[in-house]
Amino acid sequence: MRSKLILLLFVQLCFALFALSFAHSSGSTEGYTINGRVKIPSVGTKEFFLPGKISNVKVILNGGQRVTFLRPDGYFSFHNVPAGTHLIEVAAIGYFFSPVRVDVSARNPGKIQAALTENRRGLNEFVLEPLREEQYYEIREPFSIMSIVKSPMGLMVGFMLIVVFLMPKLMENMDPEEMRRAQEEMRNQGVPSLANLLPRSS
Amino acid sequence: MAMAIRAFLIFVLFLSSTQFCFSLYEDQVGLMDWHHQYLGKVKHAVFHTQKTGRKRVLVSTEENVVASLDLRHGDIFWRQILGTNDAVDALDIALGKYIITLSSDGSILRAWNLPDGQMVWESSLQGLKMSKSILNIPKNLKANKDDLILIFGQGCLHAVSSIDGEVLWKKDFSGQSIEVQQIIHSPHNDIVYVAGFVGSSNFYVYKVNAKNGELLKDNNVELPSGTYGELLSVSSDMFVVLEDTRSKIVMIDLKNEEINYKYSHISDLIKYSSGQAVILPSRLPGIFALQLNSHSILIKVANEGGLVLVEKINDAAAISDAVSISEGQHAFAFVQHEDNKIYFTVKDVDNWNADLLKERIVIDNQRGNIEKIFINNYIRTDRSNGFRALIAMEDHSLLLVQQGDIVWSREDGLASVVDVTTSELPVEKKGVSVAKVEQNLFEWLKGHMLKLKGTLMIASPEDVVAIQAMRLKSSEKSKMTRDHNGFRKLLIVLTRAGKVFALHTGDGRIVWSVLLRTLRKSDACERPVGLNIYQWQVPHHHAMDENPSVLVVGRCGPSLAAPAVLSFIDAYTGRELNSLSPAHTVAQVIPLPYTDSTEQRLHLIIDVNQQAYLYPKTPKAIDILQHEFSNVYWYSVEVDNGIIRGHALNSRCNREVVDEYCFDFRDLWSIVFPSESERIITTTRRKLNEVVHTQAKVMTDQDVMYKYISKNLLFVANVAPKARGEIGTATPEESWLVIYIIDTVTGRILHRMTHHGCQGPVHAVFSENWVVYHYFNLRAHRHEMSVIEVYDQSRADNKDVWKLLVGKHNLTSPISSYSRPEVITKSQSYYFTHSVKAIEATSTAKGITSKQLLIGTIGDQVLALDKRFLDPRRTLNPSQAEKEEGIIPLTDSLPIVSQSYITHSLKVEGLRGIVTVPAKLESTSLVFAYGVDLFFTRIAPSRTYDSLTEDFSYALLLITIVALVAAIFVSWVLSERKELQDKWR
Repeated sequence: MRSKLILLLFVQLCFALFALSFAHSSGSTEGYTINGRVKIPSVGTKEFFLPGKISNVKVILNGGQRVTFLRPDGYFSFHNVPAGTHLIEVAAIGYFFSPVRVDVSARNPGKIQAALTENRRGLNEFVLEPLREEQYYEIREPFSIMSIVKSPMGLMVGFMLIVVFLMPKLMENMDPEEMRRAQEEMRNQGVPSLANLLPRSS
Repeated sequence: MAMAIRAFLIFVLFLSSTQFCFSLYEDQVGLMDWHHQYLGKVKHAVFHTQKTGRKRVLVSTEENVVASLDLRHGDIFWRQILGTNDAVDALDIALGKYIITLSSDGSILRAWNLPDGQMVWESSLQGLKMSKSILNIPKNLKANKDDLILIFGQGCLHAVSSIDGEVLWKKDFSGQSIEVQQIIHSPHNDIVYVAGFVGSSNFYVYKVNAKNGELLKDNNVELPSGTYGELLSVSSDMFVVLEDTRSKIVMIDLKNEEINYKYSHISDLIKYSSGQAVILPSRLPGIFALQLNSHSILIKVANEGGLVLVEKINDAAAISDAVSISEGQHAFAFVQHEDNKIYFTVKDVDNWNADLLKERIVIDNQRGNIEKIFINNYIRTDRSNGFRALIAMEDHSLLLVQQGDIVWSREDGLASVVDVTTSELPVEKKGVSVAKVEQNLFEWLKGHMLKLKGTLMIASPEDVVAIQAMRLKSSEKSKMTRDHNGFRKLLIVLTRAGKVFALHTGDGRIVWSVLLRTLRKSDACERPVGLNIYQWQVPHHHAMDENPSVLVVGRCGPSLAAPAVLSFIDAYTGRELNSLSPAHTVAQVIPLPYTDSTEQRLHLIIDVNQQAYLYPKTPKAIDILQHEFSNVYWYSVEVDNGIIRGHALNSRCNREVVDEYCFDFRDLWSIVFPSESERIITTTRRKLNEVVHTQAKVMTDQDVMYKYISKNLLFVANVAPKARGEIGTATPEESWLVIYIIDTVTGRILHRMTHHGCQGPVHAVFSENWVVYHYFNLRAHRHEMSVIEVYDQSRADNKDVWKLLVGKHNLTSPISSYSRPEVITKSQSYYFTHSVKAIEATSTAKGITSKQLLIGTIGDQVLALDKRFLDPRRTLNPSQAEKEEGIIPLTDSLPIVSQSYITHSLKVEGLRGIVTVPAKLESTSLVFAYGVDLFFTRIAPSRTYDSLTEDFSYALLLITIVALVAAIFVSWVLSERKELQDKWR
């Protein structure tokens, strides 16, 4: 599944100009912009999640420090992010996204490197795709005869059938002599009761 | 034969236990869980009713929620929850299709699509200075200029295109050190006036071209005195502000590009006025409202600059902004509140004599005062104007009032739950009214036949619908009596508004609610805050006839030095039994493990002056405490100083006024962490009411380990001072996380461990003998979860059989908190994908059932993770014996199985806490997660091994029995016949 993901090659630097100018004006290393894109496959397999619906997707920087939303085209941006190593998480019901490690370089202003933390895969272009779809519900097995047979009731019936139809057959195959001996033994032991069937507690 | 039966029975048992998986089927949603969505206290509201079709009201709240509500029913069309520090400053509609929100102190501007809440654009407005943030969307402009939004924020004036959020121009005012308070856009000549003060008396006005941001003119005037409060614009060229003594009104006039000002005494307008006036921020043309003592005064600004008193409203009132009802005609509303009635009055701004509307509405008196009102007009069928009003109350609830009636109300106070406790429901008795649940046999059979069809997957779609409806409406779960399994309880929640709600665990409905008098704003108590809620009286043996009650502890203000307030509430009726406003403060509340003869639990309230106060204040309670005097220990954490202290009671208070219920205490020990290398960020202890079934843990090699189970363990997490901030502020080299396990009676440090290159935030849960904590590893740049298990080594030698025989074992020796047993710890760390907001462990009635961790993730979902995954004994290749014991092979990260999200496809937006309560049924634990939303469910960490599941098919059982009986009968007949044949032979 993971290997199937195709991650394209390209780092977005279109904001570098702005970031540069800001860094100069403030005289500090603050104020870079992280731009990225979340891509959700538009073919939804489940009916409870509207396919391609991105209004419920949140992008979270550094564990809740900032939260942003997706534009209709899937793009998002965080403004005024200081240089350093940051963590971006995507919260979307129905999809599992890996958190992304984002390095905002101070020396090379505006240069951003991103890598998925789950599989340490580097991202050349800042496009986040879900690693897998999440299935929150068990799927009911379709009706089959086996499921009935496997259920405790089915087993009870099955066991009963074995006792009723197979046991007499077994009895028939027994030697009549042996049978008589067994019956005698039983008689000697007394009335068979449930107590005999249960393991004796000594 | 016997073996066969036993084997068969075991097999059947095994099968029946594997039948129910932990995860849910989609059609089981809503059977044992409920999910309620809230918004929080409404700050801004804008109506959108112009077009035909859906009528909406758009709100933003103090929980940073932006939402669109159905005006007919109050349902949520959509809502978006912004980040916790992204407070909404202003909200408006632009272009008739976008909702514009300004948030984060005027630095983020977003546009949301009106029908579905999709964010259309976002723009970041940057500036250098904190300032008031103002959003101004010019109305009634010509179509070609209809796309400009003016924002003042961060010390700059921005003009933003409302189509794509592009910043068209920016004018920086931060250099002028002006505090801008108003911006006025005059539509005729496309000019923006920016007005504000430098200092408190120097009034400045800048005239800016709205097309390009060019500064056309600036003007200033030095007022002879300072000003107080906000500047209010009364018309496009007139401002009012209070003079700093708050007894005069300053009117500032901008006519003809000149600034003129005029002072008027409030006492000239209204006789015998004393006290401090405040200008209310209602935007009314030509009128402003003044609050004086508890009155509201409406003052009209006459054309020649004179002030005329038009109305004095006596009771606490709320005044709306004006709405335009027709060309040049504006109306506004005010509401007065009296006991359980509100008087809703709408007046024309210009024609003062007649009321446009005057209505009296009966209202539940547990809602407090009216805080805010927003009005909207509509055209009635007879072409007259009708008005509706959205009212935000003191308890944060939201009402829509129309035609003298409350159309809908929302209990949005539940979006800000502060603390939760539970209470049992009354026992079912004769005479207690109980909903009818008993159906006749035919219906019962029919229901089970339907269920059977469902399980066999041969149900038609109509049947499926019928089954679902039948299961959901099952009145069994929402009865108001105690049930055998202990699933039905009352959740008693304290909200930030000071209102206490009792929610039924069956369906989440509000059983009662009470707005506490002690937690309402009053002269004695300026800004009360509710702190905690405790079980005060849980009658079970002695006082069966009494109702249980809860204790609510609050404080008269945000600082620790504010005096305490206490309330006692009946848990069945919501009646406030008693309330106290003691003179002492509250720093800590300690529920003691002792109860008096009426099952009232003893509580110690520790104040900031090193004194402890005993509650309830009865001589009986003193007797009990005297008896256990030397057994009361507690600790306190001073986060700022990095000190943890242990305390014990010392003696009665030594004061002039004799207070029998006051005690001095002494410090037993203290642990001082070096402040240059460690700062306390989290402390966690075990839940006081947690039950542990067994101390012994049998290992694979028939070895026994003894868990070190002590109620007095404290987990402390410290980080390096540089790593106190959020992720991204510290480098791995300068950050470390140091964790301690401390015995709070003796002050002994049982365990200390350092995680290098790690930082907070740390979320931890302490249960039995283990602690699990979540933190961030900067080196790997991933979150980690670690587990520490503590074992008692002093008992370890008891496994020697010879010692047991000779009697040299110490199993019967009493366990003492003073002893210093030798302990060993085992720990291990794992990666965890998500950030965490809350973490909790399941709790069950007897503690037999294995534990699950409930992890509230950053995506506002709650994940149930088996404690077995966080076992420090996991190895790469577990031996056969270890596998049988259930040890999972070691992996570097914890698995996230999507079926084990207990919130399934729902989100508990703004998740803040998770509470678990044991049910009476040992296998089951009740889970309540709260945030902006509330979510409740019950989970069985080891599956429901002690009861049949909900979808157990009785019909199938019946059919089987019938089949068996028939088979017996048939075989009996057959055997008879065979015997007869044999005899004939």
